[in-house]
Amino acid sequence: MSEPKLDHRFGPYGGQYVPETLMPALAELEAAWLSARVDDDFQAELGRLLRDYAGRPTPLYLAERLSAAAGRTIYLKREDLIHTGAHTIHNALGQALLAVRMGKPRIIAETGAGQHGVASATACALLDLECVVYMGVEDIRRQAPNVQRMELLGATVVAVEAGARTLKEAVSEAIRDWVTNVADSHYIIGSAVGPAPYPAIVRDLQRCIGDEARAQILEREGRLPQRVIACVGGGSNAIGAFTVFVGDEDVELIGVEAAGEGIESGRHGAPLTAGGRPGVLHGSLSALLQDDEGQIAEAHSISAGLDYPGSGPEHAWLRDSGRATYVAVTDDEALAAFERTAQLEGIIPALEPAHAIHYALHVPSNSDLDLICLSGRGDKDLAEVLKLLGR
Amino acid sequence: MSGAERIAAAFSDRHGRAALMPYLMGGFPDIKTSLGIGNAYVDGGADLIELGVPLSDPLADGPVIQSAGSAALAAGATLDLVLGVARELSSCLPIILMCYSNAILARGTDRFVDELADAGVSGLIVPDLPLEEAPATSTSCAAAGVAFVGLAAPTSTDQRLAAIGAATQGFLYTVAVAGTTGERGDDSDYGEVIGRVRSHTSAPVALGFGISTPEQASAAAGAGADGVIIGSRLVREAAEADQPSAACKALVEQFAQALR
Repeated sequence: MSEPKLDHRFGPYGGQYVPETLMPALAELEAAWLSARVDDDFQAELGRLLRDYAGRPTPLYLAERLSAAAGRTIYLKREDLIHTGAHTIHNALGQALLAVRMGKPRIIAETGAGQHGVASATACALLDLECVVYMGVEDIRRQAPNVQRMELLGATVVAVEAGARTLKEAVSEAIRDWVTNVADSHYIIGSAVGPAPYPAIVRDLQRCIGDEARAQILEREGRLPQRVIACVGGGSNAIGAFTVFVGDEDVELIGVEAAGEGIESGRHGAPLTAGGRPGVLHGSLSALLQDDEGQIAEAHSISAGLDYPGSGPEHAWLRDSGRATYVAVTDDEALAAFERTAQLEGIIPALEPAHAIHYALHVPSNSDLDLICLSGRGDKDLAEVLKLLGR
Repeated sequence: MSGAERIAAAFSDRHGRAALMPYLMGGFPDIKTSLGIGNAYVDGGADLIELGVPLSDPLADGPVIQSAGSAALAAGATLDLVLGVARELSSCLPIILMCYSNAILARGTDRFVDELADAGVSGLIVPDLPLEEAPATSTSCAAAGVAFVGLAAPTSTDQRLAAIGAATQGFLYTVAVAGTTGERGDDSDYGEVIGRVRSHTSAPVALGFGISTPEQASAAAGAGADGVIIGSRLVREAAEADQPSAACKALVEQFAQALR
C-alpha cells in the first residue's frame, strides 16, 4: 500500500472504516484530488465558478446592532449571500468538478437541512451530472422548500425511512448506494466527516471561508479577531472558517454544537461538548454519541444540519489538542437568536449559525472582536420556526 | 485446537463439496429464538455458522439484515447475549462472529477478542475494518487463537488482493458483487471473482453477498468456491415464517442438498 498524502488521521481520529469494496474508490479519489488541487486548469475552472457563478468572495459585514447588543464588535462572514444560500456550494462544486475529472457521471449526496442536497443538485445541473440525494423522512418534512428546489434542479430525492429518519440514516443510505454503484458514481459527502480522504478534501474546499475572512478583517480592523465562532454539526463550515486561523495562536476558535433540549436531557447533537468515548460512524473514528455497546444514539436538534450524533475527526483532534473549544446552545436559544438577528440586522440566518450567534451574544467573554461564520440563510427554516414560535 | 484450525477442518475433507455457512442474526427475533434457529442450521446440514452482532448503523448491510438488526436491538439483544448464543452453538460447529468495528472499540479490542475466545468463537469478520485499519484487531485475534478473517471484494486491486489473501486466517470471505448484503436474482458470474481471489491466497475461498437460491449456491460451488455464505434469504425466512426454526431448517437442508 502506498503512503497516504492527504491527512488520514487527525491525532487518533479519522481513518477509513469502510467495506473493502470502497477502498479502491477512496484511493482513486485521493489520487484525483492530489492531482486536481495542483492542476492550474482545474483550479482556474473552480475559481471561475466560485467567483462568477457562486458569488465569491462573500462580504465580511460589520453587524453594528448585534455588536451593540453584545457589547463588542461582531463581524459576520456572509455565507448566506452565496448562490444556493449556504457554504455547502463550495464543496459541491469542487467535488462535482472532480467527478467530471474522474469520469463518473452519477453523483450521490445526502442531506440534512437540505442545503448540501440543493448545492449538489445545483452543481449537477450545471455540469450535466445525474444526481441522487438521500434525505431522512423527518428532514423532508421540516425542510420542504429545499426538497422542491432539488427536484426542480433535476435531482432524485430518495426518502430514508430508517431509524430517526434524519441525517445519520441519510448518510448511511448514501454510502450503501455508493458501495453498490461505485463504478460509475461519486459520493459527495456534505460535511467534514466520513472516511479519509473526505475530511481533508472538504476542508480544502471550505477553507476559502476563513482565508477570505482573515484578509478582510485585517483590511478592516488592522488586526485579527479575538474569536472565530462557527456552528458544528459535522463541522464543514467551522473547519473552513478555522483552518487558516489555526496557526494564529491568539485567535480563539469556538465551535458551537446543538444542545437540543439540553445536554443533560440526552436529547442533543453535541458529541464534542458532551465528551464520551470515541467511536466509528460513517467510516471514521471521532467523537460520537453512543451507548456502552457502541450503538449510535439518535441526535436531536431543531436544526436539521446539526442533528447528527457524530463530528468531523479534525474537530475531535482540535478539541483534544486544546486548539479549539466546543460549546453547545439549545433549541430555544437558537430560536431566540434567529429572531433577534432578523430584527436587529434584517438578516434571517439559518437555524444552524443562529446557534453561533446566540453564543456570541449571550456568553460573557473578554473578546472585543468576534468573527462569526454566518454559514447560511434561514429561508428554508421559516415555516418550521414560525410554527415553533406559535405564529 | 485454535479457531483457524477448527475452521480449516470444517473446510477440508469435504470430497470436493463446498462448505455451507448460513448467517444468523444474533438476537433476532429474540435471543431464545435465534439460538433455536442456529440449532436448526446445525440440524439442517450447516458446516459453519456466521453469527451477526446487531448494530444500529450497519453500513455493509441491505434492508433485510438492517431491519433484523434493529428488531434484535429493540428486543434487547446485547453483545453478551449474542456471545451466549455463540457459546451454545460452538459446541456443534465453528462459529464465525460478524460484527462492526464500533462494537469492538466499545468493549476494548483485547477484552472483546478474549471474550470471543472464551465463548468458543473460531473466527471474526469485521466488514468495516479493511486491511489498513485491522492490525490491532488481528494482532489481538492471533494472541487469543481466533481467526481474523479478511474480506475481498470484486473491486479490490490485485495489489490489495495479494495483501488481503496473505493476511487472512481460516478462510477468505469473498464478496460476490459490489453492494450490500441482500438477495439478488441475477446470474452473477461467480467464476471471475473466485478465480481472481484464489490466485492470491492459499486459504479456502467462501463466497457471500447476494446468494439467495440453492441454484445460485450450486453455481458458486461449481465456479470453485470452497464455501458458500447464505445471509439475507435465511434472515428473511426467520422474519416471515410462523415457525422460524422449522422453516430455516428446511431451507438450510435445500442449500445443503444443492451443494452435495
